[in-house]
Amino acid sequence: MKFSLFVFAAMLAWPTARADWLNFRGPNGAGYAAETPNLPAEFSEETQAWKVALPGRGLGSAILVGDKVFVTAASGPEQKLLHVLCFHGGNGEPIWERRFRATGRTMSHKKTAVAAPTPASDGERIYALFSSNDLICLDLEGNLRWMRGLTLDYPNASNSLGLASSPIVAGDTLVAQIENDSESFAAGFDLHTGENKWKIERPKAANWTSPTVLEADGEKIVALQSSKGILGVFPSTGSTVFTIGGGASTIPSSAPAGDRLFIPAHGLTVFRVSAGGGEPEKLWNESAQRPGTASPLVLGGKAYVVNNAGVLSCADTTTGERLWRMRLTGPISASPVAGDNDRLYVFSETGVGQVVDVSGAEGKVVSEIELEETILSTPSLDEGAVYIRSDGHLWKFGNR
Amino acid sequence: MRAPAILFASYLFIDFFAATACAEPWTEPLTKLREVGPEGKGNAEAAEAWRELVDQGPETIIPILQSMENAGPLAGNWMRSAAETVFEREFDAGGELPAEGIERFLLDRENDPEARRLAFDFYAKIGPEAAADLVPGMIDDPNPSLRRDAVARLIEKGERLIANDETDDSIEVLGEALGAARDVDQIDAAAKLLREDLNQNVDLPKHFGFLMRWHLVAPFDNTGLSGFETVFPPEEGVDLDASYEGKDGQAVSWQRYSTSNDYGMVDFNQPFSPLKEVVGYAYTEFDSAENRTAQLRLGCKNAWKIWLNDELLFGRDEYHRGIRIDQYVLPVQLKKGKNTLLVKACQSKEEHTWTAQWEFQLRVCDETGTAILSTDRKPTPQPESKPRRRSNN
Repeated sequence: MKFSLFVFAAMLAWPTARADWLNFRGPNGAGYAAETPNLPAEFSEETQAWKVALPGRGLGSAILVGDKVFVTAASGPEQKLLHVLCFHGGNGEPIWERRFRATGRTMSHKKTAVAAPTPASDGERIYALFSSNDLICLDLEGNLRWMRGLTLDYPNASNSLGLASSPIVAGDTLVAQIENDSESFAAGFDLHTGENKWKIERPKAANWTSPTVLEADGEKIVALQSSKGILGVFPSTGSTVFTIGGGASTIPSSAPAGDRLFIPAHGLTVFRVSAGGGEPEKLWNESAQRPGTASPLVLGGKAYVVNNAGVLSCADTTTGERLWRMRLTGPISASPVAGDNDRLYVFSETGVGQVVDVSGAEGKVVSEIELEETILSTPSLDEGAVYIRSDGHLWKFGNR
Repeated sequence: MRAPAILFASYLFIDFFAATACAEPWTEPLTKLREVGPEGKGNAEAAEAWRELVDQGPETIIPILQSMENAGPLAGNWMRSAAETVFEREFDAGGELPAEGIERFLLDRENDPEARRLAFDFYAKIGPEAAADLVPGMIDDPNPSLRRDAVARLIEKGERLIANDETDDSIEVLGEALGAARDVDQIDAAAKLLREDLNQNVDLPKHFGFLMRWHLVAPFDNTGLSGFETVFPPEEGVDLDASYEGKDGQAVSWQRYSTSNDYGMVDFNQPFSPLKEVVGYAYTEFDSAENRTAQLRLGCKNAWKIWLNDELLFGRDEYHRGIRIDQYVLPVQLKKGKNTLLVKACQSKEEHTWTAQWEFQLRVCDETGTAILSTDRKPTPQPESKPRRRSNN
């Protein structure tokens, strides 16, 4: 009896084994989460668990911490009212909402929005970045922990088309790229106070890519992508680990896979890096594998790329050789994501959700749903669930 | 580039709590919130103060609203969030909220505009119908966001009157809507109805306060984008009779220019023909009726710098990422009488169709967006042909 009580108490105290989706494209910014069992095999009315209205525009993804879902939005005639929202993952009920006035510029291209970056979390706090350069930290209960107005601090750090890079937590640091044509920088922020741990100048060029995290030699390395290439830095200090020149895309982000980085550069280019300061090793380049707006995805021994024509290509990760390709319903801005069920989840700009079975010799769309709203955001995965948002709504699909 | 003093000044505050030091439980935490500063300064203390305030419950709502006066945008956000959190928790719990105090605060137009907007949101949640009744009276509210609903109602009423062929009444109602409107979308909507449905003349440049008459000189060299930092002669002092050595050694001199564009667009490509890798300057004078605070609101998709009375206010080296009205807001101090304005606009070498523009728009207004007109403002130049559309990007 004592043993049973101990086991029961331990079960209550022990964190659940679910894999949280803490930032843009999930673990390390890779778009793939291994510990996501029971994902829905299809998008349908039967698998739509709930749908809730959002108070403003946005295309940053939802992030998932425990049983809570966090998403941002911006409302008003110039999107100057910023929202951070928390919903219950189980039933979609709102738990809390916090609102702030933008302290920086809110101008953006009409296709994007002020709430373009996806928030990040370390599992204890939420870090919400907006195109206005407002960076807001709240705990999971909605208590405000710190706030930065980065345009107040760095007045020319903005992009008149809108910023969209999403921050990421690596180790004990929040890393963000505020890259633009003028006052361009990347910085590491203290998770507890929001103060700069480091700040480095970056190429003076508009850049919408997001930092990703590599793991090499037991170290975390943050890959900062730009039109110049990739800069690898240690997250705590911002010190340089490696550089990869030759240029890279400024829209789709790289896909990390352990110590390999799949870079949208001259098609798709793959490097292996080390934490010891060695020169990154170029593994292959395949010009035909050319990501459009969506970021590439690495799943097992396959690399997936969606081009601007909505064509999904699958390539061997060791050689870059194309294995198959197929046309999806496009155009597609959202990046594909995957869990452990050999299915890709991807949404078209016209709101068509597609589940692609990639377990066979060819890809096959096994399910489609018309959400009838513009979808530019990337889905987020949780145990048994796929979340997607538009300017107006947040949906959960799952096995009920 | 030196950041404008006003941006950093937004961190400053008037510490009236020091002057009115009292022992209320919210006094110290509110002081902590007002002390947040650049680069995360004071965040840790503010987080503790925020929790303390929120835990004090609904008694703090009015003091928080009051403290938002001159708090600056960052501290104002801490306070707004604290007040909203207290309000929401109490509202959801069915607790007692200080409705009368909120109403009094809202109706006092001397209070901070942002705090009054927040008070209105609270008031509307407590009593939606009572809040709706207040809306028409806000048509001349000093806070544009409170005017907005009232203007929207007038525009809707004007549309109904047009549909019913009640022309005189619709002109009156839409004229009132236009006069009160401060948001660009509402100004455009009211002006469009007056012009297109009611055949009325609308002087949009005057409504906005766009500066329409300038002197221009160009081209200077911007090869390799070097011109943004290069100090060309106009930056050292404007002499409208002078002649300078421009790009490739050509002689350039000031020439008069006026725009009839509804949104005050000053287009260097008109007098100088489309050019690339060049710099142009525009100069004008503004006669202020008094010493006063004001805002210069600029739209420009080229790299630019701006000087008021020979003082550099700000500059930005971004090319062709978009333009819109009020893209950049620069708080300034106008002096009574003549004020000089110099704008530098740099054109890149890109040859895309969307990089052809070499232009800017500038207006003078107060912090609510209400036009401030030069005492010697001349009639708005009339277009020779159909007005061009406003560019959004």
